Formats: sequence, structure tokens, C-alpha cells
Amino acid sequence: MIEIPADIRDQLVAHAFAGLPDESCGLLAGPGGRVERFFPMTNADHSPLTYRLDASEQIKVFGEIDAKGWDLIGIFHSHTHSPAYPSETDRRQAFYSEAHYVLVTLQDRNNPGIRAFTIREGTIEQDEVKIT
Amino acid sequence: MSVTVKIPTILRRHVGGKPTVEGDGDTLRDLLSNLETQYPGLTTSIVTEQGGLHRFVNLYVNDEDVRYLGSLETEVREGDTVSILPAVAGG
Repeated sequence: MIEIPADIRDQLVAHAFAGLPDESCGLLAGPGGRVERFFPMTNADHSPLTYRLDASEQIKVFGEIDAKGWDLIGIFHSHTHSPAYPSETDRRQAFYSEAHYVLVTLQDRNNPGIRAFTIREGTIEQDEVKIT
Repeated sequence: MSVTVKIPTILRRHVGGKPTVEGDGDTLRDLLSNLETQYPGLTTSIVTEQGGLHRFVNLYVNDEDVRYLGSLETEVREGDTVSILPAVAGG
């Protein structure tokens, strides 16, 4: 289960819309497993089909999370035309088994959806998302 | 000569769970070769069979992405910190 404050959920959806037509991405982090902040990041792929966090931004944000003593809790990306479910590419490239993969779908532009998953050794499990 | 290398969670099983290790070498390629000798299996997901940097691994020297430096030929010096981060990527 991952708890996401409503204002951060709104930031995720806004970042997803701002990135159109491409997928958007970012990281969720906070102290003691509590999501405190969303770090919106650049999709270095600039693609509607794939994402990759910009590598230079990635090490800066990882460093900031470490310096604060926070945990990396979630890895966010958007799907622009498909459901909020990990794609085969998502499954193969999931190297952070300790994080929740948080997906926002804009398939229905009027009704964005959010789901979270853990992906461990290629196995996808859906996690409950609790908006707080 | 000793360079500190930060190991990501996913690779720590190769180094007895340690978050950092020390290695020697004049270039990243030498350093990784030295680490592979110390910790067999550590670099198989970092360096491809053709000897290049694996597509889904980011390597940094003092927080600089080595793709903008000299990739695996980037020189390293005593006191440098090398970070290994799996890419955050998908579709």
C-alpha cells in the first residue's frame, strides 16, 4: 500500500498533462516511508511510448533524498493512451524492487486514473493507493 | 590508488551487502575490471559482452554522467567517487 497526499496526486496528474504528447516521469520521496514530495523530472526519451529519467537529474535528486535522510518511495510515470498497468517494457526495466511504480493514465483525458505496483524479479503486484 | 564506488541496492548481493566498496584503476574500465576480480559477478550487468556500458546503467564520476565524459575510458583519480545507478526507465 502507498499513501499519497491529495495535493501530490494532483501534481502527478498535472505533470502528466504538462508532458503531453510524451510520457512524463518523476520520483516520490519522504521520511519514514511517507510521501512528502514529488520531484518532477525530464523524460530523456521525449517519447509518447517510453520514459527514462534524465541521468544528470537522477543523481542530483537521489543525492537530495539521501541528504535529507529520506527514502525513495515511488517511481512515477504516465501512460498517455493505455491503462495504468505496467507495460512489458516497464516490467523488464524495473530495477528498483524496493519502490512503488506509480502510474497515471490519461487514456480518458477527463478522468485520469492512478495505480501503483511493485515489480520484483519480473513479477508485477498491484498495491493499494490510498489518497490522504 | 583507491576510488570509492557507490553500489546500488540491486547489486549489493555481489559485495556482501555493502553500500560502498573501494577499487583501483586509472580509468573506469580498469576500475570495473578490478572490482570484478574482487567481487565476481558485480559488473556483468554494467559492462556488455562487447565491452560497452550497458544501456540501462548510469555511471557517474563525482556526480558527472560519464556518457558526457569519456564513457568507460574516463580517467579516475585517488579520492574520486564513482556512482552506479540503474536507469529509471520503462514504457
